[in-house]
Amino acid sequence: MSQKILDPDYRLLEQIEAEGPFQAGACFQCRKCTNGCPVTFAMDLYPDEVIRMVLLGQRETVLNCQTIWVCAACETCTTRCPNEVKIAELMDCLKEMAVQEGVPSPQPRILALHETFLNNIKKRGRLYETTLLPAYLLKSGELLDRWNSGTWRYDLKLGRQMFSKGRLPLIPKSIKGKREVRKILARRKTEHSPPCK
Amino acid sequence: MQVTYYPGCSLQGSARDYAESILGICAFLDIRLEEIPDWNCCGATAAHSIDHRASIELAGRTLNLATRLPHADMLVPCPMCFNRLKTAAKALRGDHPQRYGIKLEASLPQIWDLANFFATEKMLETTAKQVIKPLNGLKAVCYYGCMASRPPEITGAKDFEDPQALDRIVENLGATPVLWPFKTDCCGASQVLSRLDIVSQLVGKLYDMAQRVGAQAIVVSCQMCQANLDMYQQKIEADWGRRFSIPVFYFTELIGLACHVKGAKDWISRHITDPFPLLQTLNLWND
Repeated sequence: MSQKILDPDYRLLEQIEAEGPFQAGACFQCRKCTNGCPVTFAMDLYPDEVIRMVLLGQRETVLNCQTIWVCAACETCTTRCPNEVKIAELMDCLKEMAVQEGVPSPQPRILALHETFLNNIKKRGRLYETTLLPAYLLKSGELLDRWNSGTWRYDLKLGRQMFSKGRLPLIPKSIKGKREVRKILARRKTEHSPPCK
Repeated sequence: MQVTYYPGCSLQGSARDYAESILGICAFLDIRLEEIPDWNCCGATAAHSIDHRASIELAGRTLNLATRLPHADMLVPCPMCFNRLKTAAKALRGDHPQRYGIKLEASLPQIWDLANFFATEKMLETTAKQVIKPLNGLKAVCYYGCMASRPPEITGAKDFEDPQALDRIVENLGATPVLWPFKTDCCGASQVLSRLDIVSQLVGKLYDMAQRVGAQAIVVSCQMCQANLDMYQQKIEADWGRRFSIPVFYFTELIGLACHVKGAKDWISRHITDPFPLLQTLNLWND
């Protein structure tokens, strides 16, 4: 069996720390981050392994992994790290790098949700929740899945309950400074979610 | 007392119950809230996940608007907004402010997570004086979630592994805060639309533990936690094949109930998981 040859890119750490400081180099692999992480069951690499891979220059591995996307951003890892490695913040940095470098997310729906959210606030400067879920379902292609699996019935029921309880407003609120908000968000010109299936 | 107020987007929609209860109890306790004029969305998880610079600038814009109000304190009910505002304040005053296209214009008011504000000695005393019907017999676990506590270098929290604010408030109202180990365990709110399966695992675990320690209700200060635990309860019950039926109250609603603040019934009637059977059993609600 041929052994996979590692092709380290040691500029990765430098590139990341230029965005930081995340102090990834201070990691001594105690695994406290992983032990406290609530979503390891959905990860392909444990948080400590992501840090290790960064140090080993495994660019492709870290930018393609599930972990950076399913991270719940709960900040338990960062809080407990004895060496002040900003682990959760590093997960964000890696997501942003992946998006900018055009690496397709292995969790396209999570990315589609983030992009739907930012497009939503671009319109009025504030989030209008009422259109968030429908726009996300269309953008992510999940509408079809929910249709096929029948879970749309549950969504519809919940939507009707929320509406009847006055928790889904019909009229969105807009702000005067929405142009400023658009300008802040305009630097992200390209979207990288794959088109709907 | 007059303070600056940043409600955040969801309090204008899905967390209308939270918003109304805050306005109700603040008016009742004579805390005048001045909303930041023309505030914008903080960017939440979406911005900090894929556009760091925007996440700081979005919150920065609102911070600058807040500096134009004369009040020393600023109340933020949404822990996500609270966390993003504090993160932006730190970044914009940090070593690399030049990275961002926005500057802080003036010194900031003190940014308060709402529960921590209501848990100060002074506020506990003020509230205690107004309690008409103590919530005797109510056993509840206090669930803090993530963003008001972590990371402590942003939030300034000292008791981030075992926060006490909600426990103090609940006890002050005559209810019993039950000790449990999942005060600050994540509910997965940011994944609720895209990965409900993850949320179901995380939240099911919370219900299970709340039940095991004998709690009848969960008390929160975060509208994302509330939405997750309240709205999706039936779905999560189906996933776990168990019945939990555990109401999820905002601490502000409990203050309203104990102090007989007008409108309290309307606030909690907006919940999806019906809280009235429990309140009736405990004789805390008589129509």
